[in-house]
Amino acid sequence: MPLLILKIYMQKYSVFNLIKNALKGHKDWEVAWKNPTPKAEYDVIIIGGGGHGLATAYYLAKEHNITNVAIVEKGWIGGGNVGRNTTIVRSNYMHDENGLFSEFGMDLWRNMSQELNFNVMFSPRGIINLAHSDAQMNVFSRRGNSMRLNGIDAVLLSREEVKKFIPMADFSENVRFPIFGGLMQPSAGTARHDGVAWGYARQADSMGVDIIQHCEVTGFDVDNGKIKGIQTSKGNIKAKKIGLCVAGSTNILAEMLNMRLPVETHLLQACVSEPIKPILDHVVTFGAGHFYCSQSDKGEMVMGGDLDGYNSYAQRGNLPTLQHVLTEGIAMLPFLSKLKMLRTWGGIMDMSMDGSPIIDKTHIEGLYLNCGWCYGGFKATPASGWTFAHTIAQDRPHELNAGYSLNRFSTGHLLDEKGLGTKTWIS
Amino acid sequence: MLHIKCPHCGLRSQNEFSYGGDATVKRPELNKEVSDQDWDNFVYLRKSPRGKHLELWQHISGCRQWIKVERDTLTHEIFKTLKANEEI
Repeated sequence: MPLLILKIYMQKYSVFNLIKNALKGHKDWEVAWKNPTPKAEYDVIIIGGGGHGLATAYYLAKEHNITNVAIVEKGWIGGGNVGRNTTIVRSNYMHDENGLFSEFGMDLWRNMSQELNFNVMFSPRGIINLAHSDAQMNVFSRRGNSMRLNGIDAVLLSREEVKKFIPMADFSENVRFPIFGGLMQPSAGTARHDGVAWGYARQADSMGVDIIQHCEVTGFDVDNGKIKGIQTSKGNIKAKKIGLCVAGSTNILAEMLNMRLPVETHLLQACVSEPIKPILDHVVTFGAGHFYCSQSDKGEMVMGGDLDGYNSYAQRGNLPTLQHVLTEGIAMLPFLSKLKMLRTWGGIMDMSMDGSPIIDKTHIEGLYLNCGWCYGGFKATPASGWTFAHTIAQDRPHELNAGYSLNRFSTGHLLDEKGLGTKTWIS
Repeated sequence: MLHIKCPHCGLRSQNEFSYGGDATVKRPELNKEVSDQDWDNFVYLRKSPRGKHLELWQHISGCRQWIKVERDTLTHEIFKTLKANEEI
């Protein structure tokens, strides 16, 4: 059915069409998504045109045949965290809830380019988490075994094996944090983040979803405990079901609804170096701090690490944190010190109090919440959209997101993957 | 870089401080019945406003005192700093 719609209504991206359009001077390409004016009413409104919101709308249409859907976005689609992350895709979690959810997402990632007819450049190059002590090797061994019990690939690497994969890492004797080994998930990797947003947007649009950009939500209409609609900069829009997918802006909308959430908004920076020839084949994380690195297809080293550490909506970072993160990077990969930095930027994270996300109903009938992704929102894009669409369409969570409940904080069923307790970002 | 005026030591760089979160959160009183909702409010639920935010910082590489800072979470402008026992 959706495939049929695709064939009839949508110009396929293919070599054949590329050649055909090249001969005509690329004048006949259809727009990838339209620019509609909002209707007075929809069956479902998704607030937030990022990866998760676009994916939710796509799966509402594809899996649940709900196509009278609007996505309202205050900026432009893909301009928030889906365009600001470090593109890492993985499912190397220990807890069942996180592992099974993320591994379900890995299956969606593997088919995404075909399914969306959009090259998201999914590159399963493997992720290696480095360990710097015997104790850390034990912890990784436990995590790897938990992953394998959930059907996720995990390999414990010795120091010598890590050396084969990442010979340029610092293996000298007198380092503060010697490399003891690592845990690898070979099927993890990276994907082109903008492509993911655009691919979902194009397919959702083709199935009838209205993508309404530059439309800021200014209030909610709630009557008798039921959601009725939203007030926006482009007028009032009615809907009986509304999904919130706004990451770092969640608390701003929650305040309009008189809700307090177990979420704080914090700033995370990332950066890329000048492009160099291929040197790093995997995604690699430093185990004695918070630093991760991969090399983009353009050759840039893509790097990130700690939060700036205080509540912020600024979407731009501060140099002390960047210096701290890159110091760790140079401890792991000394050659990084020779590179010039090309760009740095920041995004605002919805940090949940146990480090795991929330995909659930709320106390307001018809209002659904998707937030709390902390540093890990990008890789969750397809699974988040799929399960959130299910939660909205069926008015109940799917078993994959049942653990991501909003009330787990008051019932004590926290999903504390790192075992660090609440507010893990305050160090 | 943030420059924070410690009420005890004067203007210092952000590097000397560590962050302690929302300063308006109050622990439920000791030796009294605490409802689940009150405990939730204290441990987990936050307003996290965009704009003025009263927060705790510790001058960890200085006088080691906890202080209160009123800061804008969008512009990072610091309006006021207070000793931990002072009210705004």
